[in-house]
Amino acid sequence: MKRIWVASFTAAVIIAIVLLVAGSPNVTANDQPSAATAEVKIDNFIFGPQTITVPVGATVTWRNKDDIPHTSVSTEGVFKSKVLDTDEAFSYTFTKAGTYPYYCTIHPKMTGKVVVQ
Amino acid sequence: MQGLIDQKLQDLNDDGIDRRGFLKCMAWAGTGLVWTMSGGIPVSRAFAKTADRSASKGADFTFVQISDSHIGFNKPANPDVTATLQTAINKINAMPHKPDFIIHTGDLSQLSKPSEFDTLDQVLKGASAKPTYFVPGEHDMLTDNGEQYLQRYGKGTRGSGWYSFDHKGVHFVGLVNVANLKAGGMGSLGHEQLEWFEDDLKGRSASTPIVLFAHIPLWTIYPDWGWGTEDSEQALSYVKRFGSVTVLNGHIHQVMQKIESKVSFHTAMSTAFPQPAPGTAPSAGPMKVPADQLQRVLGITDVNYLVSGRSLAVIDSPLGDSEPTSAGSGGSTGGR
Repeated sequence: MKRIWVASFTAAVIIAIVLLVAGSPNVTANDQPSAATAEVKIDNFIFGPQTITVPVGATVTWRNKDDIPHTSVSTEGVFKSKVLDTDEAFSYTFTKAGTYPYYCTIHPKMTGKVVVQ
Repeated sequence: MQGLIDQKLQDLNDDGIDRRGFLKCMAWAGTGLVWTMSGGIPVSRAFAKTADRSASKGADFTFVQISDSHIGFNKPANPDVTATLQTAINKINAMPHKPDFIIHTGDLSQLSKPSEFDTLDQVLKGASAKPTYFVPGEHDMLTDNGEQYLQRYGKGTRGSGWYSFDHKGVHFVGLVNVANLKAGGMGSLGHEQLEWFEDDLKGRSASTPIVLFAHIPLWTIYPDWGWGTEDSEQALSYVKRFGSVTVLNGHIHQVMQKIESKVSFHTAMSTAFPQPAPGTAPSAGPMKVPADQLQRVLGITDVNYLVSGRSLAVIDSPLGDSEPTSAGSGGSTGGR
């Protein structure tokens, strides 16, 4: 009886170790900024939030919730979305720290900023 | 009479702005105003169903402005924009006087797709009035820097699609203020176009009536929504010496008018969907109205020109005949 218990315990420990090892890449990835994501919602002709701060390596996704097409284009030519119709999205991964102003080339009054730290 | 007109014009010009006109000429879609010229002063009155179209009687010629067809748009504000454009064309075809031509002030398409332009061409083919003169809206230049627009609608034009032509003594100038827009700004004509425009007007008699047409208003209506053109002031300085200037725009999907000295500004309804009055909604997005009221807020603009008075009368008609809710007629006279 006792032997069985030891065997079970050993098996459980082994399984736990296996799980820990298998799961570890996910855990590590989540702790690193490279997997960070953020979303900017385009709604009512506004980029929301207008200024978004993300860590280096983060991917920002712009999603258009308006009935009118918009774009998200870096003022300094760093990134440029295609025309986003309703519910379409565009993503860009920021690999360098800095401030990235952008605007909608169709409605240039719409402006926003990504701050990468 | 001519003396009286001159006197009135003088009165208007004393401070450069006709304040009375400025305050009274702001006609919103749905308010039902018609503007007529009376001794050089624009007069408004309620537009009744039986509103006489006397402006068109004896007119030397008539043309029609349509705008903002947004072919390809299929959201709740108007699931069938092709049908409403067709209604607009039917209305033009039913006019007692056949217009000499049509001006489309841009946003022909929703997404600059070839299929959208194809559909527009197909519908316009059925118009009895030909040709149609175009200027692009921002929706027509979404991809390829407007190359496709230029190939289809801008043959023989300059730059991003600007040009001029003469018709029965009136000089028409189509301007493009939707190209190369800068972050944070409004519509823009740009240096190259402004230079061309100044040159285009050189040597023309001040008595030549001028009609300018462009997509985004050439006067600042509501900067928060980008409803204006950054360098329009410079463009308008070139037409100051002319006795009669009419500016026709689209983009804002509603009728607005202003008369400033000898320049009368006018925006047209859309054939696709209405947009809210400035500042009355969180954004300038499409306005959903009950289906049975949609045709009251879509429409066409009919412009009559009389050589004798060198005047243009502008009449807006909603697509729906049930109850005219919006009409305006503004004109400017050249009494020189």
